[in-house]
Amino acid sequence: MPDQLINLTIDGAPVSVPPGTLVIEAAKQAGVLVPHYCYHPGLQVAGVCRMCLVEIEQAPKLQIACATTVTEGMVVKTQGPAAKSARQSVLEFLLINHPLDCPICDQAGECELQDFVFQEGRQGTRYGEYAKRFNPVEDFGPDVLYVPNRCILCTRCVRFMEDVAQEPVLNVSERGDRAFIGIHPEARLDHPWAGNVVDLCPVGSLLSKDFLHKARAWELDKTASICTGCSQGCNISLDTRDEVVVRVRPRPNLDVNRYFICDHGRMHYRWMNRGDRIEAPLIRRDGELQATDWDEAFDRVVGILRGAAEGRKAVALVSPGASSEALAEAKRLLSGFSWTGAFQVVMGEEAPLAGVPNLALRAERAPNATGAESLGYTRDYAAAIAAAKTAAVVLVLDDPDCAVETDGALLYLGTVLGSDAPCRRADVVLPIANVAEEEGTFVNRDGREQRYYQAKPAPGMAQPAAWVLGQLVDAMGLAGATR
Amino acid sequence: MGFPHKPHPKETVVLSQYFGDADARTYKGWTKRGGYQALAQALKTDPVAVTDIVKESGLRGRGGAGFPTGLKWSFMPKEKKKAHYLCVNADESEPGTFKDREIMRWTPHALLEGTAIAAHAIRAEVVYIYIRGEFTEPWTIMEQALAEANAAGVFGTIKVYLHRGAGAYICGEETALMNSIEGKRGNPRIKPPFPAAAGLFGLPTTINNVETLAAVPHIITRGAAWYKSLCLSNPKSTGTKLFSVCGHVQRPGNYEVTLGFPLKDLIYDMCGGPPAGRTLKACIPGGSSVPILTREETEACLLDYEGVVERGSMLGSGGVIVFDDSADMVYQIMRLAKFYAHESCAQCTQCREGTAWTTKILERILAGQGKPKDLDLLLDLAENMTGKTICVLSDSCAAPVVSGIKKFRGEFEAYLAGKRQVVMV
Repeated sequence: MPDQLINLTIDGAPVSVPPGTLVIEAAKQAGVLVPHYCYHPGLQVAGVCRMCLVEIEQAPKLQIACATTVTEGMVVKTQGPAAKSARQSVLEFLLINHPLDCPICDQAGECELQDFVFQEGRQGTRYGEYAKRFNPVEDFGPDVLYVPNRCILCTRCVRFMEDVAQEPVLNVSERGDRAFIGIHPEARLDHPWAGNVVDLCPVGSLLSKDFLHKARAWELDKTASICTGCSQGCNISLDTRDEVVVRVRPRPNLDVNRYFICDHGRMHYRWMNRGDRIEAPLIRRDGELQATDWDEAFDRVVGILRGAAEGRKAVALVSPGASSEALAEAKRLLSGFSWTGAFQVVMGEEAPLAGVPNLALRAERAPNATGAESLGYTRDYAAAIAAAKTAAVVLVLDDPDCAVETDGALLYLGTVLGSDAPCRRADVVLPIANVAEEEGTFVNRDGREQRYYQAKPAPGMAQPAAWVLGQLVDAMGLAGATR
Repeated sequence: MGFPHKPHPKETVVLSQYFGDADARTYKGWTKRGGYQALAQALKTDPVAVTDIVKESGLRGRGGAGFPTGLKWSFMPKEKKKAHYLCVNADESEPGTFKDREIMRWTPHALLEGTAIAAHAIRAEVVYIYIRGEFTEPWTIMEQALAEANAAGVFGTIKVYLHRGAGAYICGEETALMNSIEGKRGNPRIKPPFPAAAGLFGLPTTINNVETLAAVPHIITRGAAWYKSLCLSNPKSTGTKLFSVCGHVQRPGNYEVTLGFPLKDLIYDMCGGPPAGRTLKACIPGGSSVPILTREETEACLLDYEGVVERGSMLGSGGVIVFDDSADMVYQIMRLAKFYAHESCAQCTQCREGTAWTTKILERILAGQGKPKDLDLLLDLAENMTGKTICVLSDSCAAPVVSGIKKFRGEFEAYLAGKRQVVMV
């Protein structure tokens, strides 16, 4: 049982929170966002930006909400004249050396400096005509640029590398207003999780080279999704512009990935925008695959399945990146057969994030192997390939490079057709949506079922695999069949 | 003793008795002068009782804040669960202050004896003496003295380390000092936790100034009542204190007086007042971080914690900086602000940007390019830099600016009106 809750008042709203809660977190519960820069719930408290100064009754001076823990009966005021004027002055100090180059800054539109200056800042500057501090842009690592002129020295990046990644390559160099974020002279910011510093940076000081000048933040549509880069199941946001995925960012989930994703996952999106997609159902006619409509394609599949003798063998070779829904329907479709289902997983190197327990880029580079296994698909891919040779029906789900050979019928559901891939020999090819184009469920390595949502439309006539297979299940009259 | 001067009759010589006496530096010389008797006496006394004696004496921290020393010691956990640490703050960097330097130069064993007594009182296993990087001579002397003391078994099983700073003013701030010892950047930490709960290496720590600890042996041998009787004004300020006087006086140096002593007498009688033909204009009584006093305030000021506050400043570290009528207060204040801008650790926004901006405005005024609104702007910045940051460096930059503008506004206005321009040397 948790301890007794602590009761306090924030801007007149009563809240009850567990002991040890920070005022800044309690305020969120009261619906109050205390402006802040250095504080981040995923990092150790630094208390340096001094933006979250609030009035606390009976305290002799303003206190920082990020480092003050709640006490019973505490009365917190964020909108009093003292707190407001303190915030205004911090903003003024932060802006005196800031270049205000928002029109060419990637962070514009999602910049906390912009937001809070808009909300709280002074009209005009009192700094006068002094030259601003200038330092050239630095190349920190494979995907990270540092623009020191925009830096507000909140030290989130330093603390992330030090405490979370536990590879302390960043520091605060120099002192006073000469200070800047420095990198170890012999190091690069190339830790497998280094890209998080770009998300953590509240201003446009740390930039992703991959996203550099690609889109304005306000043009982006954000869709909740699950990373397909490995079996960890990190929660992500797919950011699209004009129906093109342009960026992947972490979506907080304290149980899976906290506030972070690895660089592998961050870069694992270009394939979602592939242009060489199958856009129409294809059926083999006169020895060639020819485009048709869904009805004819379904008729052809139903014909193949009905034509196969009862009790014969069927093999499903599936991608561990397919949704659990699609995998279940695929199995149901073949429920009249002696069924074998298998998948293969590409393996890579495991890359843990040291400061977070049970968070790593997993060696198993697929999002739904656990989901596939729980549905009865096996990892014995070689045996399934061997069985496919003599099977009556082979169904390949989204695995274009699958080296299948069969004397029976070959059904291929996929997003692309490899140029000389075995799936080109399929009897029927059905175009399906990729992860960004459909809604579905993955089961991560810990057995957590997680939903992902559609970020953009599928090209042409492509449909989610679960829908395609569901239509076939209906047409076969198998809707009641157990999965 | 006003080393390098002879002691003045009005001085109360306790800590400075052997300043200038090189023989007192050695372990042998120190014991010959009665040294280490206090330690022997303290070791026979229960740590709580030692703390009580110091509490009773009224001794307050001589580093600047004036926190009661015995009370600080009593904050250490009663029930000992972890190792206890003692830090000795010998990072004397406050501009205008040079008293700890003299204690270490002439009576290193006084410091070590006080340190050993304090370590006993707080039941510390480990002592770190953090010595300012620029203190080359005191460092050598302390090294030598520590070697002698260890050879004589002064510290018993207590491990004592001398740690040399690298030249940052901010490392004199107690938590920055601890970070520095830990090998981290010398940034002050947010409090709480206070050092007595989680200090050096996260363990319960007491940190005391050199002068504070040097006074402890005297309190042990001569008694709390004696120390308490050393008081010329407010009973909350007891004992003697070294004042480092510099600037426009004829005999600058360290002078030891009983607390409550008139600042006027210190400047005129002991230090000989301003040079011939000059008159007193202003005084910073407690190191560069405290507000400036006018001549009238200076002459009415009594040197104890309450007396200086009464005149609108603070006793601070006891670094008395005297200005005569030749001093350009605008330039002096700019010079102070520039020091803080240089030494800001860059953590807190107000300090990092505010100290530098303040300096720029003051430089602009000195260059004859000030703007009519500059004084209001300086005061507003100072307000925003006060009481809002982790440590008080930012406040320290604001203090002389605010008091300077308030008290010497005419000089600022002369610059703003183009009637005056500094000759930069």
